[in-house]
Amino acid sequence: MNQAIRSSWMAAVALFALIFGAISYVQVIGADDLNDNPWNQRAVLASFCNERGSIIVGGKPVAESVPGTESCAFQRKYNQPELYAGVTGYFSKFFGSTGLEQSMGETLAGNSDQLFLDRMSQMFLGNEPKGASVELTLDPEIQKLAFDLIPDGQRGSIVVTNPRTGAILAMVSKPSYDPNLIATHDRAAADANYNELNQVPGINLNQNVSGPTGNLLSPGSVFKLIDTAAALNSGKYNKDSELPNPSSLPLPGSSASLPNYAGGNCNVRETATFVFALEQSCNTPFASIALDLGQDAIRDQAQKFGFGETFGDQLKLQQAKSIFPEDLDQAQLAQSSVGQRDVKATPLQINMMTAAIANGGVQMKPNLVETVRAPDLRVISELRPEALRTSTTQPIAAQITEWMTSAVDNGIAKGAAVSGVKVAGKTGTAELGDSGLNNSWFTGFAPANDPQVAVTIVMEGVDVLSGAQLTSPNAKKIFEAVLNK
Amino acid sequence: MIQTDTSPKPRRNVELVLIVLALAVGVGASALVSINSDVGLDRDFWFQSSLLAVAAFAFHMVLRLRAKYADPVILPIVVALNGLGLALIHRMDGPGDDTGNNQLRWTLIAMAVSIAVIWFLKDHRILRRFTYISLAVSAFLLLLPLIPGISAGEILGARVWIRVGPMTFQPGEIAKITLAIFFAGYLSSNRDLILLAGRKIGPMQFPRFKDLGPMITAWLVSIGVLVFQRDLGSSILFFGLFIVMIYVATSRISWVVIGLLLILGGGFIASQIFSHVAFRIDSWINAFTPEVFGRSPGGSGQIVEGLFGMADGGLVGTGLGQGRPDLVPFANSDMIVALIGEELGLIGLFAVVMLYLLLFTRGFRAALGTRDAFGKLLACGLSFAIALQCFVVIGGVTRLIPLTGLTTPFLAAGGSSLLANWIIVGLLLMISNTARGPVDTTPMVGKPPASSSTPGTRKPATGQTPSAPTEAVKQQ
Repeated sequence: MNQAIRSSWMAAVALFALIFGAISYVQVIGADDLNDNPWNQRAVLASFCNERGSIIVGGKPVAESVPGTESCAFQRKYNQPELYAGVTGYFSKFFGSTGLEQSMGETLAGNSDQLFLDRMSQMFLGNEPKGASVELTLDPEIQKLAFDLIPDGQRGSIVVTNPRTGAILAMVSKPSYDPNLIATHDRAAADANYNELNQVPGINLNQNVSGPTGNLLSPGSVFKLIDTAAALNSGKYNKDSELPNPSSLPLPGSSASLPNYAGGNCNVRETATFVFALEQSCNTPFASIALDLGQDAIRDQAQKFGFGETFGDQLKLQQAKSIFPEDLDQAQLAQSSVGQRDVKATPLQINMMTAAIANGGVQMKPNLVETVRAPDLRVISELRPEALRTSTTQPIAAQITEWMTSAVDNGIAKGAAVSGVKVAGKTGTAELGDSGLNNSWFTGFAPANDPQVAVTIVMEGVDVLSGAQLTSPNAKKIFEAVLNK
Repeated sequence: MIQTDTSPKPRRNVELVLIVLALAVGVGASALVSINSDVGLDRDFWFQSSLLAVAAFAFHMVLRLRAKYADPVILPIVVALNGLGLALIHRMDGPGDDTGNNQLRWTLIAMAVSIAVIWFLKDHRILRRFTYISLAVSAFLLLLPLIPGISAGEILGARVWIRVGPMTFQPGEIAKITLAIFFAGYLSSNRDLILLAGRKIGPMQFPRFKDLGPMITAWLVSIGVLVFQRDLGSSILFFGLFIVMIYVATSRISWVVIGLLLILGGGFIASQIFSHVAFRIDSWINAFTPEVFGRSPGGSGQIVEGLFGMADGGLVGTGLGQGRPDLVPFANSDMIVALIGEELGLIGLFAVVMLYLLLFTRGFRAALGTRDAFGKLLACGLSFAIALQCFVVIGGVTRLIPLTGLTTPFLAAGGSSLLANWIIVGLLLMISNTARGPVDTTPMVGKPPASSSTPGTRKPATGQTPSAPTEAVKQQ
């Protein structure tokens, strides 16, 4: 019996030998891998109170580290917080970080590989660690103008980009919030503020589902630009094609029908050219194109403009993918072709689609970060514009530009016209159920012959009249502000 | 058997010195925690520290009176572990949390019960009379959490809790002891029968089918615990306990082979049928895949955060109160080992594991030394249970094996576990008392004089009834 007891003891010791081995592996041998794991927050939390680099717009910090309390040396502070919240996000001890604070976190904290030498010298010189600063492409005046063009209490987004480079000049949405409320080191206050903000309709502190990059909205008639590109691309249609334009199109396999807008000028003609259909934004010609080409052709074209895709590695913001649904029946396809039903797009997506048309069919990567500077102001990285994808051919882009110009000169987007400049534009009015309220869109660019700025505006839940007042005329103000610079 | 020194020595003074050292560990850790949490060495600190010290010295005095030949190392080890556990639980307490004080209350209760066991039981051999009562009690305790009204329902996926008034309790912890008593009693009575019969296949002698009865029973208990209580850890523990005891009783490796095959088979089937087992295994193997990491419940977030903490601790640790164990779920109970690894480092965790190794080694030493088969089996089973429990917990936390919900003995927050483990310590101390003390020639209390036995004499095993005294000695 005693021999068996000794053997049992040895078995127990053997189990313990395994434990000693496992502990050694976790705490010493494999520790570096675990410490470098991207899910491991400990490094971030350890450096939470260090001085982070600033996020800079137009030479002024919109997010910076200011001296904090004794227990935490630096506190993150946001200047003009509501204006830039959608871009900066927040940096919180309790809720992690979002926006650029998250995506540029390593750089701002000084932990990125490019800053390795700075880190070493800080260590040897005994200096406090300090992160790199990030300068944005945003233009503070345009950003402010765009923000003020959305009335308080109105939900909406505005995106302004340079279609040639993809640089984002302004990107705002309302309602916005003050990231300082989340970034406070006072746990109780941060908790209360977070819960309160998340109650506000339209505010979601998760960027993936809110703001210009995350808010998925029915695009309405601005989607017709994709139908047009698909039609021209198919070779079955050209600029002179006569499209069927019944005042109402019976939906196949359904008792419902798709009408043209009753109050508009569409119903004066039985057939329509592209230019007329786009000027007046008639529904039935585009529905018949979609039924003719089939859903795959429309979906492929939407994908080439970015639906179902992300916008490359230069945006540095979380983003939602716009949706053109799968497996549509004919009735659903007809409604989807005019941007209704389950078609959803982010404001950024509509702007990128517009910018691709402006840039001869080539979609540039949208970008926010112009320059990254080390603490000694040395430039670490600088933006180089890159093409993201080819959305359509140069001739088709030029043709659509011509028709969009006509829609501003002669059609229902005329509110966006700027004197002395050719403006290309398209409006959209996506109905929200039977409420009588709509998502009202404008998207366009100027000058049409030498595009320098693409503007996309969406106002959510507005009636037709105020929608018209809040979109095209506001786009005009932004065009003027950018072009007069 | 090698005997180097035959004259018994109480060594209680050694124990006293070691207890002072052990208290220094616990109280020192507690002082660090208090200083780091900015309260300083306040009245609570002094009050709690003195309570622990008084209890430890009281226990020591009881040993002087009632079990003066008991192993002098066991009690100091346990005091050190328990004191360290109190400090660590206190360290995790946020404002308004009372887990630390609750743990101290349970420590005092558990020590009092353990003292009572030593005081009133006097001799562990008496327990042998309760072999079948122990089985009934075990069954009752294991069924309790399934009875509506008493059951505290499903907590964290397992149905192992009962609710008595405001308190919750895990009867399975106590069942660990009663099952060990039953196995020890049954096997010490029937080992000869089991030993003699059997069929030889190759180098191994396999038992007769009808002798497999107790093994099948143990297996069913383990599987029952797994299926109805959803407690993988206890299931492994019960079965491991039984395998070791039957191996020690028979010295037949074939029992271990059969046992391991049964547990592997049962485990495989369980992983196929029960989602809670499958989740455990999946979060062990695929801990670092995003969908498993983020899954709730049954994800690997807990184990991965624990690993991050231990990696952050490295060789020397962040220092007590300096780490971020608040990122690790259950850092004061199931994951307390990760907390030690993070704040006390590899060195601190090695020291703690070494204490456990010493503890179960002293238990095995008592098993070797005691002269009755029942005591040998009981000491061996209980010691191995401590070792196995540590292995399952620490192996789970370090991702050596799947994480299961067992407690770390004496360290983790939880009253039932403390109570059960202190009772085990009391039993081990009593067994070591007979092992190290002068040969007991007096009759057992309340029993007619039995055949006297002296070490070294070999007596043929006689067929024994469960209530017969156990002086038959078979020393190999």
